Amino acid sequence: MEVLMIFAIGILFTVSTYLILTKSLLRVVLGVLILSHGAHLLFLTLSGLKTGAPPLLGEEAGSYTDPLPQALVLTAIVIGFGITAFMLVLAYRTYKVHETDNFDELRGSDDD
Amino acid sequence: MKNTPIQLHVVTRIVAFIILIFSIFLFFAGHNNPGGGFIGGLMTASALVLLYLSFDLKTIKRVLPFDYAYVIGAGLLLATLTGVAGMFFGFPYLTQFFEYFQLPILGETELTTALPFDLGIYLVVVGFTLLVILTVAEDDS
Amino acid sequence: MTNLLILPILIPLLAGVILIFFKNSKMIQRVISVIASAAMTGISGYLIYAVYNNGIQTIALGDWQAPFGIVLVADLLSVSLVFLAGILGLVTLFFAYQTFSAEREANYFHTFYLFLMVGVNGSFMTGDLFNLFVFFEVMLISSFILISMGSQRYQLQESLKYVIINTVSSMFFIAAIAYIYGVTGTLNMADLSVKIAQLYEQENSGILTVIALTFLFVFGTKSAIFPLYFWLPHSYFAPPAAIAALFGGLLTKVGVYTVMRMYTLIFNNDPIVFQILLLFGGLTMFIGVLGAVAQFDFKRILSVHIVSQVGYMIMGIGIGTPLAIAGTFYFLAHNIIVKSGLFFFAGITEKITGTTHLKKMSGLLKTHPYVGWLFFITAISLAGLPPLSGFFGKFALVIAGFEAGHYFVIAVSLATGVLTLFSMMKIFMTSFWGEEKLPDPSAKERKVGKLILPVLPLVALTVILGVAAEPFFLFSLEMGEQLTDPSYYVESVLEE
Repeated sequence: MEVLMIFAIGILFTVSTYLILTKSLLRVVLGVLILSHGAHLLFLTLSGLKTGAPPLLGEEAGSYTDPLPQALVLTAIVIGFGITAFMLVLAYRTYKVHETDNFDELRGSDDD
Repeated sequence: MKNTPIQLHVVTRIVAFIILIFSIFLFFAGHNNPGGGFIGGLMTASALVLLYLSFDLKTIKRVLPFDYAYVIGAGLLLATLTGVAGMFFGFPYLTQFFEYFQLPILGETELTTALPFDLGIYLVVVGFTLLVILTVAEDDS
Repeated sequence: MTNLLILPILIPLLAGVILIFFKNSKMIQRVISVIASAAMTGISGYLIYAVYNNGIQTIALGDWQAPFGIVLVADLLSVSLVFLAGILGLVTLFFAYQTFSAEREANYFHTFYLFLMVGVNGSFMTGDLFNLFVFFEVMLISSFILISMGSQRYQLQESLKYVIINTVSSMFFIAAIAYIYGVTGTLNMADLSVKIAQLYEQENSGILTVIALTFLFVFGTKSAIFPLYFWLPHSYFAPPAAIAALFGGLLTKVGVYTVMRMYTLIFNNDPIVFQILLLFGGLTMFIGVLGAVAQFDFKRILSVHIVSQVGYMIMGIGIGTPLAIAGTFYFLAHNIIVKSGLFFFAGITEKITGTTHLKKMSGLLKTHPYVGWLFFITAISLAGLPPLSGFFGKFALVIAGFEAGHYFVIAVSLATGVLTLFSMMKIFMTSFWGEEKLPDPSAKERKVGKLILPVLPLVALTVILGVAAEPFFLFSLEMGEQLTDPSYYVESVLEE
């Protein structure tokens, strides 16, 4: 299972790298989004995948999943959610002001 | 809005409330079971977004006259102050307490200080999601 | 276990939240955020005193003891930086009141300024790696908003790039945390220090170097070291002077702080990382200063200079002896004060002349002599001339470098110092010295007395840190000892 997950994460990272390197604004934002999914999955996988036991640590629990990665990944997802929302709004504003979604045209300044 | 989509309105009125009730269930399920403030908040926000989608902005603004920035503020304040409360008794910040009480109707119930904290998160998530969506939606120019 | 440690984080958080409700009242906003910043600074001042006398203080949040819960740790380094952040915050507020339009100030500026402080102070104080990530994000999101506030053309395009680059590096932060958690099973920094030291003694410790370098990538992006600095000059040029000063003085320094913490506490016996730090430190400072020499814009020169000075700090961490760490801290403190001071001066000249381009103004010394000479003091302090604060940090770094035998990188740092002096003098000679030439004649009459007042404490501080360097330097030396021996930190966190 871990090996499969590692491949999935690798694919996510690859796709996001491709998207981030494109010139279209929206694709770059999507690339960052996919990168965050890859990173979260990486966290869950590296801290050990277990099936069949709840993440509760009773005194006599025979088997349990480590609750920490789940809590941390939830936090990271929430943060990613906020950043993505902000980034989309910012991209939208930039698109409105510059009337382009091409990163090639989003460079230089007025005084150069 | 002359072409009122009747089917959408009828379905929305039913479905939105089902989602709302489910979101409240999720909110209270949190802490020891899957659920909690964040998930409940997102669910509530999705119900409200459904309302905004099927009716128009102005109608819903009349029904729900909140400034969502204040909703976020209220949520953050509630969550922060819950953490502060323990400090007055000499416990470190964010220490949580819980106790089991016998309540009428509900029977034995666990009351925790995590609940107001979660309520704060719930408010923040609802406020934030709607604020972002409405900011983009209202920008017609 | 004292709740005092949480206050530098909690006060700005509460104040920021309360200010959401007073969006429309300028007076309440100003009063509350000044009081909050002052309280934060006062408490961190007291914490310095307490830590200096009683040793490292910790608090376990939510009463979950380390290494399972999140701890906040106040050692000399973190509380001093919180204190400096507080001072800089106060100065920035007063400067912003003079320069900001009412519209900009109404737009939740105070709330996000205070949230930025929450993130900065939290990053300094936390003793948990994941919590560090969270505070980093709090800081970054606030900085995203502050940098894009105003929505001018240039600002939007540069802040979008800033946001994307920082978010990508944050995702690598999660990946690095995932690696380190997978290898050690803990995220508490003190616990990590112990466990990683044990792992280095085993045979296959190559994975640790990989993790150390992944972290270096993440913090290198935030603190703008050599191959990863390209975003900084543009992004810091975009916002108004007050915000640029806050960012230039503080945000990259948070990145430097984390590099310092990670590589003195956790990866302190990695064989490769310190070589790489030295190499990148040297490259960062030299390439940064070359960029500054080439520029002809006040704010751009200062922005590119940030890169160069980060190089010095990275070099100091790379040398790694107690004296070098002490020098690094001294330089860091000096740089927070002086760099933001210079950004304020850029703001003042912009207010006078309406431009920051050097070729469009000259002879300001005749019309505004105070501005000119105060700028001169700050500028030569940045270049590292005695008896000002910049000299002692560099001096300690040079001596430490010679003791450790890193002659080449020291030579580079001295050459960088000369070029720094050159680029600072370029600003002074072209815009302040020389024939009086102003873009519009009314600029001559423009009074900027109110704008200079907030900057005075910074100029005073750089003089004090230079003239009366001895007590401050002894303090830094003690800090150097505390940082280079992780056992102090580990014992005070894990003992409880």
